Amino acid sequence: MTEPVLSVRDLRVWYGTDRGPVRAVDGVTFDVRPGETLGLVGESGCGKSTLGRGVLGLTPPAAAVDGEVVLRSPGGAGRNLVGLPAKEIQRLRGPELGLIFQEPMTRLNPLMRISQHFEEALRAHHKGLPKQEIKARALAALRGMGIPESRYGSYPHEFSGGMRQRIMIALALVLRPAFIVADEPTTALDVLVEAQIIKILADLRKNFDTSLVLITHNLGIVAEACDRVAVMYAGHIVEQGDAREVFANPQHPYTRELLRSTISLSTTGLHFIPGSPPDLVEPPQGCRFHPRCPVAMRGCATVEPPEVVLPTGVVSACWQQAIEADPALADELGPGGREPLAAVKEISVADEA
Amino acid sequence: MATTTLPTGPIEPDASAKGTRFGGLRRITAAIREARGVPRFMLWAGAVISALFVITAVFAPLIAPYSFDTYRSGGHNFPKQGSPDGDHWFGTTVQSLDVLSRTVYGARTALEVMLLAVVFSLILGVLLGLVAGYFGGWLDRILVLVMDALFAFPYLLLAIVAGFVFSGIAGGGVVTAALSITVVYIPQYFRVVRASALSAREATFVEAARAMGAKPSVVIRKYLFGNVIQSVPVITTMNAADGIGTLAGLGFLGLGIQPTQAAEWGYDLDRAIDDANAGMWWTSLYPGLAMVIAILGFTLLGEGLNDVLNPTMRRRRISKVLLPAHTRRRTVTAPALPDVPEGEAVK
Amino acid sequence: MLTKPDIEESGEGAAGDVGEALVEASGLEVHFGLRGGLLGRFSGRAAGAVRAVDGIDLTLRKGEVLGLVGESGSGKTTLGRTLIGLTKATAGTVRYRGQDITALGERGLRPLRRRLQMVFQDPHASLNPAMDIRTAVGHPLRIHQLVADEQEYEARVVDALERVGLTPPERYLGKFPGDLSGGQKQRAVLARAIIAEPELLVADEPISMLDMSVRAKILQLMLDLKRDLDLTYVYVTHDLASAKFFCDTIAIMYLGRIVEYGPTAEVFANPQHPYTEALLAAIPEPDPERALPRELPRGEIPDAARPPMGCAFHPRCPVAVEACGWEARDLRTLLENRWLELAPEAATREKSLFADVESLAVDGLSTVAIAPGRGHSPEDVLEYLRHLREEASQAEPREPFWRGVVSMHAESGRAVVEFAPPRDPRLSLIPATGVQVACHLREPVGSTTGT
Ligand SMILES: Nc1ncnc2c1ncn2[C@@H]1O[C@H](COP(=O)(O)OP(=O)(O)OP(=O)(O)O)[C@@H](O)[C@H]1O
Ligand SMILES: Nc1ncnc2c1ncn2[C@@H]1O[C@H](COP(=O)(O)OP(=O)(O)OP(=O)(O)O)[C@@H](O)[C@H]1O
Ligand code: SF4
Ligand code: SF4
Ligand SMILES: [Mg+2]
Ligand SMILES: [Mg+2]
Repeated sequence: MTEPVLSVRDLRVWYGTDRGPVRAVDGVTFDVRPGETLGLVGESGCGKSTLGRGVLGLTPPAAAVDGEVVLRSPGGAGRNLVGLPAKEIQRLRGPELGLIFQEPMTRLNPLMRISQHFEEALRAHHKGLPKQEIKARALAALRGMGIPESRYGSYPHEFSGGMRQRIMIALALVLRPAFIVADEPTTALDVLVEAQIIKILADLRKNFDTSLVLITHNLGIVAEACDRVAVMYAGHIVEQGDAREVFANPQHPYTRELLRSTISLSTTGLHFIPGSPPDLVEPPQGCRFHPRCPVAMRGCATVEPPEVVLPTGVVSACWQQAIEADPALADELGPGGREPLAAVKEISVADEA
Repeated sequence: MATTTLPTGPIEPDASAKGTRFGGLRRITAAIREARGVPRFMLWAGAVISALFVITAVFAPLIAPYSFDTYRSGGHNFPKQGSPDGDHWFGTTVQSLDVLSRTVYGARTALEVMLLAVVFSLILGVLLGLVAGYFGGWLDRILVLVMDALFAFPYLLLAIVAGFVFSGIAGGGVVTAALSITVVYIPQYFRVVRASALSAREATFVEAARAMGAKPSVVIRKYLFGNVIQSVPVITTMNAADGIGTLAGLGFLGLGIQPTQAAEWGYDLDRAIDDANAGMWWTSLYPGLAMVIAILGFTLLGEGLNDVLNPTMRRRRISKVLLPAHTRRRTVTAPALPDVPEGEAVK
Repeated sequence: MLTKPDIEESGEGAAGDVGEALVEASGLEVHFGLRGGLLGRFSGRAAGAVRAVDGIDLTLRKGEVLGLVGESGSGKTTLGRTLIGLTKATAGTVRYRGQDITALGERGLRPLRRRLQMVFQDPHASLNPAMDIRTAVGHPLRIHQLVADEQEYEARVVDALERVGLTPPERYLGKFPGDLSGGQKQRAVLARAIIAEPELLVADEPISMLDMSVRAKILQLMLDLKRDLDLTYVYVTHDLASAKFFCDTIAIMYLGRIVEYGPTAEVFANPQHPYTEALLAAIPEPDPERALPRELPRGEIPDAARPPMGCAFHPRCPVAVEACGWEARDLRTLLENRWLELAPEAATREKSLFADVESLAVDGLSTVAIAPGRGHSPEDVLEYLRHLREEASQAEPREPFWRGVVSMHAESGRAVVEFAPPRDPRLSLIPATGVQVACHLREPVGSTTGT
């Protein structure tokens, strides 16, 4: 197997607030290999965007970050991005690291032509690039996104939402970063445009070996466009592995519930997860999912589950799999720890979102 | 995009009961409580000075040794242009009036005029602004035209013209002065309220109110009002500061309140000009100082409120986080047993 | 004409009533005038109009759930709002229980508002931030004077909150919208919508702004409310999956028109219109076993102010035929797409054949005279176009554009391309399915009248 282009180890990003630290990302470990797309899914507020920004060193000043983010692309040279001076990271952003935001209109300057956006992006990292060269590279990137040459001089508002998003992608790609984070790139778009963009992203990794972390609410997109998937809940990755495998055989109860509650064309009955994600200032003890888990055991409420590496390569952080893998671990849950936890039934709608 | 925020702790019943009527005000008070740093200082300093001014004004008869038009006491006339001494701490004027009493009573006049002017302009400005912003159309155009014309006029000149007009009708009292100043301030409220009403009119909740079958008057009262008065307190305090100055300006030009009706700083200053040339500093210093302090107080209050309430000026306080040591999760590797029916656990 | 398929659980409440027409729209049009640019305003030229809703007939029966589905800008919201009189129709009628509501003024509509309610897309913006839940939810009661005293008011509000699952109600009465999560806000909005006992609820993308784990909860709640309160829904959405589950009848909209209209089960099982097929194909499927590689329609939804001629879908339709409305703009798109794929030098060479490709961008040109570039003759242009046509006839899938070209010839120094006369497809019933569809390919044989 090729060496990962990005390795994240025990990354934590906590936000300081008046009520105490928000543990938005709390000890996350994953790898992304060259040309691989990793899907990041989970309910709102579980830390997906924070993780995406944390990896790129884009966290706000009120956040504390620790852990390791090792970038092995040529420019990254195996350095740990956490703790790197802001200037150094800024230099990597663009040629090595890219970010695609959800709202293209807020990122494109309405007073600048598309051509000027490209000139600015390219000049920032390649000083003294001749104008001809800039134009050639920009047009090549735009062509890849299906934007005709004749629109090179247009302003952002002259494009439709889908085109703007494709321009954003072209802008992120013109510098050929080795690693891109796309934070819900299609959430505001229609199904058809969304499908087009997903197709473009899928072609990308084939053609350029670009690695991608794709944050999304839409499980369908992950199933179609991602090689691997990481499911986040309350600041943790609770399950990660091959996308097909995870979707076909979800291991972690949260993944299972999430998949069941998604409305798809084959939905015949509505299912939902009771309750809502916890407040990350005071996350629940033990397994953070236990208040909502349909198969929670008493021990789950007190002891944190280990990560279980399954034979399929899927990693799931749940006592169910842990005990299956090694029955001796059941003792850690204490006496009666395997009894079902009844609390789930008592969640009233009041706590629901 | 969906953001599911968790309810942040229980809401005290009393807080919500208070907020029922004035939901908009609840947000203001919360913002004030959260203020920090320079805005907080301005807010408090402004509030204290303004409070002193108000107290002085309200209790003027108790604080001032004499009435504003007293020129004799105990059978003796006060000295003419007497310098400050034990009897008359701030000295006396050319008309034998006690400067301290005039200054204290001046605060009272200023407060009366200010309150009346602010209340008049607030009511009229907000009402017209709401109506123009919500209904739009020709009514809006006409109002905007009139208000812009008033706004473009030099404000002192406007007050003078209004003063002439009103004094013909109502004489040279406190109400006339207040009305002249009102005319100056209505456009300010109108503009701000109309602008926020215009944007609030497009808000979904106003649309929803219309879809419920609410009459325009109900929509304005229940849905627009609470959301457009946000910026009004700031203008009010700024106008209060400004109003004191304008009143004094009118008085200085002899167009304000007649000296027989009330003590007024601007009039006193006008009278004191000759004194100052003759080396008598007390007749001008004390009213002038009082005026500056009062204006300063309300300006600080207004600026402080502006900083606190204006979301673009507000910055979140950053609290530093110290990360405790991290204990990594254990990893367990499941044995690849061919006889474990993987599907069992799944279904 | 339309039969209502069974949906579990939702049938009981509406038992006797199904079939009674509640709202009927006929020939409904909503055109928004465009303000135009500065220049246009000075010169007094009208800048045209957006045909947000462009000739729609539909019948909504009591107890039915009608889904309006389509891409952004297809006019779903506008149609939904017009059905309950929130937007003025520029032509056509909407009858609610036989009464023409397009003829009523704001004042005349007010009493009806109680019966015709709307839920808006953004729950965060639908509630007045300065009003607590007690006042907000109960406001319709006050507006329509439905309660005699405070006790009754409180009781009705508490009942509504309980119905939408905001329990215990006491916990919510004093709260402000800012204290609630998105799902809770949408519940409160629903409580407000049902408190005055409406008959029809237009729900404009009620779940699209919510987190995915909350969507199913709100949909379930809407189903429960429908059953308990005997409601009729118009469900506006661009999410076909939830529409499939939720709706009895579906109307697929494209640029202000209904292109396919019929019972949900039928439409999903047998999509008749190429646009419906495209929409269905574009839905990502979370089950990897079922996920298929797929052909997507090209391009994006056109500008509603300058709609394509004939069938508005033709620029994106893979199976379009001669009469679908081909015009000069389509030639420009074709050329640009070709040049996108060519090497830059080759593209520049081909481009030099034309004096000004942008001149093709004018809408409504059924015959276009192309000026050749410097150093080229009209014959060169024609030869190039013929070559393209030749190439396209070999390619798979076939480029439908050339079907619409009826003649290419040189005329006074220009290359003239003539397109087949456009014909508007009209909604016509596919027998035995109850589905109506607007597509030339599905027209009953012999009916070629058109416009
Ligand atoms: N700047 C910040 N200061 C304090 N807390 C924050 C900040 N940004 C995010 N949070 C909190 O951190 C948590 C994770 O937020 P994040 O935006 O990463 O979630 P997400 O998974 O991306 O959600 P969504 O799907 O809604 O985008 C949330 O509880 C959020 O309220
Ligand atoms: N008040 C208005 N004035 C002018 N044009 C309007 C107005 N409302 C809607 N439109 C235009 O009418 C067309 C249809 O809009 P509508 O909001 O009905 O679409 P929609 O199908 O609901 O789209 P979405 O999925 O984005 O909500 C659009 O082109 C829109 O720009
Ligand atoms: S550890 Fe326990 S509570 Fe957590 S997901 Fe597994 S079974 Fe459920
Ligand atoms: S009428 Fe039918 S075939 Fe022709 S363009 Fe429209 S959808 Fe395609
Ligand atoms: Mg996010
Ligand atoms: Mg809409």
